[in-house]
Amino acid sequence: MAYTEDDLKKELETKEYEYGFYTDLKSETFPIGLNEDIVRAISKKKEEPEWMTNWRLEAFREWEKMIEPEWANVHYAKPDFQAISYYSAPQTVDPNKTLDDVDPDLLAMYKKLGISVDEQKKMNNVAMDVVVDSVSVATTFKKTLGEKGIIFMSISEAIKEHPELVKKYIGTVVPKKDNFYAALNSAVFSDGSFCYIPKGVKCPMELSTYFRINQAGTGQFERTLLIADEGSYVSYLEGCTAPSRDENQLHAAVVELIALDDAEIKYSTVQNWYPGNKEGKGGVYNFVTKRGICEKNAKISWTQVETGSAVTWKYPSCILKGDNSIGEFYSIAVTNNYQQADTGTKMIHLGKNTKSTIISKGISAGKSQNSYRGLVQINSRANNARNFSQCDSLLMGNLCGAHTFPYIEVKNKTAQVEHEATTSKIGEDQIFYCNQRGIDTEKAIALIVNGFSKEVLNKLPMEFAVEAQKLLEISLEGSVG
Amino acid sequence: MLKIKNLQANIEDKEILKGINLEINPGEVHAIMGPNGSGKSTLSSVIAGKEEYTMTGGEIMFEGEDLSELDPEERAHKGIFLSFQYPIEIPGVSVTNFMKASINAHRKAQGLEDMPAKDMLKMIRDKSELLEIDRKFLSRSLNQGFSGGEKKRNEIFQMAMLNPKLAILDETDSGLDIDALKVVANGVNKLRSEDNAVLLITHYQRLLDYIVPDFVHVMVDGKIVKSGTKELAYELEERGYDWVKQEKSV
Repeated sequence: MAYTEDDLKKELETKEYEYGFYTDLKSETFPIGLNEDIVRAISKKKEEPEWMTNWRLEAFREWEKMIEPEWANVHYAKPDFQAISYYSAPQTVDPNKTLDDVDPDLLAMYKKLGISVDEQKKMNNVAMDVVVDSVSVATTFKKTLGEKGIIFMSISEAIKEHPELVKKYIGTVVPKKDNFYAALNSAVFSDGSFCYIPKGVKCPMELSTYFRINQAGTGQFERTLLIADEGSYVSYLEGCTAPSRDENQLHAAVVELIALDDAEIKYSTVQNWYPGNKEGKGGVYNFVTKRGICEKNAKISWTQVETGSAVTWKYPSCILKGDNSIGEFYSIAVTNNYQQADTGTKMIHLGKNTKSTIISKGISAGKSQNSYRGLVQINSRANNARNFSQCDSLLMGNLCGAHTFPYIEVKNKTAQVEHEATTSKIGEDQIFYCNQRGIDTEKAIALIVNGFSKEVLNKLPMEFAVEAQKLLEISLEGSVG
Repeated sequence: MLKIKNLQANIEDKEILKGINLEINPGEVHAIMGPNGSGKSTLSSVIAGKEEYTMTGGEIMFEGEDLSELDPEERAHKGIFLSFQYPIEIPGVSVTNFMKASINAHRKAQGLEDMPAKDMLKMIRDKSELLEIDRKFLSRSLNQGFSGGEKKRNEIFQMAMLNPKLAILDETDSGLDIDALKVVANGVNKLRSEDNAVLLITHYQRLLDYIVPDFVHVMVDGKIVKSGTKELAYELEERGYDWVKQEKSV
């Protein structure tokens, strides 16, 4: 008889999270718990200057006074912040390594992730910084970039080698006490990427960071700081995975982007943290603060494909401070099984003639809940500001939910703000139509979902778009209902 | 090619097909006519394998193989094509991409590699010229915002691309003005050969002026009550369906 949805579901029960392997690397992990001593120890471990240690301690003291936010449309057992280890480093890594010195197990792990560093180097023209657990292990292409004056390294190195830049910009877009998770990150961030593009330089290749949580019982708190100086351009990619574990792992990152006059930053993320099993056990809590600031005529474009994590709380935002600056947010968020996502953006219009575009595509399957939450704020001095928002939801089955929470605050009469929203469901008729043309049900769903997501997929750099399409397929397998 | 014996089918426990017998050989064109609600479209859906319908009796054999055992996509791979009465919209998927997926799925079922992009483009060009289709049309989202005529022409374009053994055209003439009807009929005629067969499902005789059938069957209340040649279609046009209904009840 016909291959039914039940067959498909059964087949999928045996299908596991593809990136759920655990690599047995020797790690140096701090004892669990968080206090000033741990913060100091992290800072010391990383041989940081005193100003950095103090910055962390200030953040920690703020964090202690704060409470975890509860306004998002997500429900989960709150992490016990004293039961997490705040530092875990693969032990064999030497900060002065070249690729040849890297632990072969680690390299094998990258191969499993499909990100062979060598291949990346040769084929994709992608310079890459890989963060496993907390430490940045390989930054390729450093030399090629160096010739253009581009700095691309782990943030730990940058604190030592370019303290003036780090000191000038860190915490200027996402202040230490911005929110609970940002404060926590500021206190304990272990590594992350740093990037500086000098005036007038167009970065000749995509810059890429790959994050992975490997060690059990650790949190990952990476911090990314990206500065595009006047008239420069950079496209930055970020990918994330984690092994399957029963307990929930915490990921609380901060990303700060600074686009000075006439600069452009394109920031793309493919997030595939472990979403938990099909009963909703385990999975990563992804509580991330991402924000960019645009000076005059600058442009920041966020593109994200979110398929992973048990709980996602994430709002990549733009502060359009300079006149004529542009902010864009293109997002695909997929939730399946018991995943919960509350994601969207904030577009803060301060300058004149500022423009923002929001395209959000939410795809919900299984028993998941998928929320778009966005704020468009036009301030009193932002004459002729314009925003266009479009929020589309695609539902698969009857047990999932899609929600839209658009907030619009306008304090200037010349503003033009448009908001469009649609909700649709993958229909049996669509699937039958594809079947009749010889396309099986799984492929049909992939085709329909790709069509739905096309406007966003088109914004991704080519090689990332292909990976993202595959991820969409994997994430939604077995979700017809 | 297609042998249907005493076919009975239900939807939600309602009996729609009450014993259909039909045999179609290669090279033949058959037309099934009948009033609304007689079960014509159900017959095409059951042949194509739509899941809402349950076969409760009889058999459908296609080239000696029992179709009831096969999924809709497997039936498609065997060479059965259904031109939909109401073609479905798939936003964001272009006609070209949809055809690529379709053709490569057919090839995969035959153990072939994906069609090289160059060959695919050439075939798309050839077939769109054959059917007088503007190529801009091919990059639009499948059926989204298409006029009635464009939707039907797109169905025939897909048929040309897939070159099926049996093409079932379900009410392909509905919603078409006379010019669009001619284009569609022309397309179908160009694709006719000794090896393939066509099953037309229609209300009206006018389509049959352009695609001339070898056999005409009249369906009333889930059964084929009368079969004949194309002259039967003219008779129906003149005398209406009541005449056959009455004849049947005698």
